[in-house]
Amino acid sequence: MKYLFIILSTVLVNNVIFSQFLGICPFLGTSKKTSTALGMGAAVIFVLTLATLVTWLTNRYILMPLGLDKFMQTIAFILIIAALVQMVEIILKKISPSLYTALGVFLPLITTNCAVLGVSLTVVTKEFSFVKGEAAQLLSLGESVVYAVGIALGFAMALVIFAGIREHIELMEPPKGMKGTPIALITAGILALAFMGFTGIV
Amino acid sequence: MSNNLQTFTKGLIKENPILVLLLGCCPTLATTTSAINGMSMGLATTFVLVLSNIFISLLKGFIPDKVRIPCFIVVIASFVTVVQLVMQAYVPDIYETLGLFIPLIVVNCIVLGRAEAFASKNPVFPSLLDGLGMGLGFTFALTLLGCIREFLGSGSIFGFGILPETANILVFILPPGAFICLGFVIAIVNKLKKESH
Amino acid sequence: MAKKKESTLINMLVALFVITAVAGGVLGLVFSLTDPKIKEEAKKKKEKAIKEVLPLEDKITIFKEDTLWLITETDTSAFPCTLVSDSISGEFLGAAVKTSEGGFGGKIEMMVGFLADGTIKGTSVLSHAETPGLGANMTDKFKDQFVDKNPASYKLKVTKDGGDVDAITAATITSRAFTTAVDKAYKAFMDNKAHLNNAPAEEIIPEAEEIEEITENEEGGQSNE
Repeated sequence: MKYLFIILSTVLVNNVIFSQFLGICPFLGTSKKTSTALGMGAAVIFVLTLATLVTWLTNRYILMPLGLDKFMQTIAFILIIAALVQMVEIILKKISPSLYTALGVFLPLITTNCAVLGVSLTVVTKEFSFVKGEAAQLLSLGESVVYAVGIALGFAMALVIFAGIREHIELMEPPKGMKGTPIALITAGILALAFMGFTGIV
Repeated sequence: MSNNLQTFTKGLIKENPILVLLLGCCPTLATTTSAINGMSMGLATTFVLVLSNIFISLLKGFIPDKVRIPCFIVVIASFVTVVQLVMQAYVPDIYETLGLFIPLIVVNCIVLGRAEAFASKNPVFPSLLDGLGMGLGFTFALTLLGCIREFLGSGSIFGFGILPETANILVFILPPGAFICLGFVIAIVNKLKKESH
Repeated sequence: MAKKKESTLINMLVALFVITAVAGGVLGLVFSLTDPKIKEEAKKKKEKAIKEVLPLEDKITIFKEDTLWLITETDTSAFPCTLVSDSISGEFLGAAVKTSEGGFGGKIEMMVGFLADGTIKGTSVLSHAETPGLGANMTDKFKDQFVDKNPASYKLKVTKDGGDVDAITAATITSRAFTTAVDKAYKAFMDNKAHLNNAPAEEIIPEAEEIEEITENEEGGQSNE
C-alpha cells in the first residue's frame, strides 16, 4: 500500500519536472517528437532505477561505514552514474543496435540529467513520509527503488505529454520571439499549473 | 589582450549560458524564487566554474583523452563539495534554501560544457576568464529572473517590500510561474537579438 | 598545443585514480576544517528553536535529549524531545517536543514547547510544504493562539470538529494537521510525564560564563542572564 502511495505521489503530486525542476534540459531537448520522447523516457526509467539502487547500496555499505559519506558522496555518486551510463551504452549496442542508434547522443546525456543525481541524493538525505501521519524515517532500499521508478515514470509521462503538445505547436505560428524554447517553456508552465491540481491527493 | 577581454565578456551577454545557450535550466527555474536566492546560486556556480576551469586547464596535459569526462567530473565534483561544506558552515540559511541544487552544480551543463569546450583546450588565464564571464552571466540571469519572480510573487526585491501583500500574484513563486517567467524573458532576449541584426 | 597523453588502459586508470585520490585528500582536509563549524551551527539552531518554543528568560537551563513513546492500540510512535531543567534547582521546567503530521502538500514538522503542567508555551514549524499564502500562513497568527493554553481545558481540534482551535480560512487541512500534531505531542508528553520528573539531568556542560554566573549568584538567589 505504501508503495502505491509512493508511485502516486512521485508521478502526479511531486512530479519531477513540474514540481521538482529536475531533468529540465533533456525535457526541453528531447520533447520535439513523441518517438524520441518515448525512447528517452524508457532509457531514463532504466538508468534512474539502476543508479538509485547502486548508489544507495554504495552509500550504506561503503561510504557510511568509512565515514566518507559527508564529503565523498557527490564524487562517488556521479562517478557511479557515469560508469552505469557507459555500461548501458555498451550493453545496448550489443543487444539492440537499432535502439542504440535511435537514442543517439541522448544516451550519454543521461549522465548530466539532474534527475538521476538528484534522486540518488534525495533518497539518502531526506527523511520521508509518503503517508499522512507516518513518522519520519530514512528510506529503505525498497522504498528508494520504488521512489526512483515512480520519478522516472513521472518523467517519461511528462516528456511524452509534452512532446505530443509540441508536435501540435510546430504547426502553429507563435510570435517570432516566442518560437522554439520560449513557447515551450510557457506551455510547460501551463502544464505545471494543471499538475498543481493533484496536490493533496496523497 | 583584446582576445582575453572578448573571452571574458562573451559569457555576459552574447553567449549568456542560460538566456542564449539555454544551458543550466534546472537551477534557473528552481532557485529563482527570490533575488537573493538566485544570486547566491549564481555565485556558488561561478565559484565552481572558475576553479574547475583553472584546474582542468592545468591538468589538460595529464589527462588521457578517453577518460577525460570522468576526470573532469571528479575535479568539478570536488569543488562542488568544497562549496557545499563552506556554505553549510558559514551561511547555513542560504544553504538550506538552495538545498539539493548545490550538489547538483556537478551536473550543471554549463560547468561540464565549458570544461569540455574551452578549458581543456586553452591556457589557464583565458580559461579563468571564460569561467568568470560565463559564471557572472549566469548569475546576472538568475538574479534578474529572481527579481522578477520575487517582485510579482511577493512584492519585494532583495527582501525590501515594495508592493502591498494584496498585489502578490502567488503563482510566480510557484513552479508554473518559473516556467512562464523564463519563457517570457528568453522571448524578449530573442526579440532583442533579432532587432540588433 | 599541449601534447595529449596516450589513452592506454594504464594511463587512463592512473590519471583517474590520482585525480580522485588527490580530490579525496583535499576534501577530507576541507571537511575536517569545516565540520566543527557545521556542528556548532546545528547546535545553535537547535538551541534557538528550543528557546523559541519554551521561552524561559530568567532561568539558566540544562538540556537533556530524550524520546517520548506514544503507544496506542494501532501503533507506536516516537517523539524526540529535549527536556529542560533548571540548572540550579534541578527542577523540571518543561520539554520541547518534536512532532509531525501529514498536511496538505506534505509532512509538517514542528516543535511544541510544554511547561511541566502541560501548558503550551510556543510552537515552531520546522519544515512544511503547504501552499504559500494559504496553509503556509500557519506560521503567522494561527500558531499564536496556542500559546499559554493548557490542552486539559483547551480542546485540540478545529472548531469545525468541535474543538477550540480557529482554523485558517480556506486552509482547513493544514489547520487540522497542525492541531493534530500538537495534540499528539501533548499526549506523548503527558503519557511520559511521570518518569520525566525524576530523570536525573545529564549535563550538557554549560558555557563558562554561565558557570561563573551561578557561583557568583548562589547567595543572591535568582540569576539573570
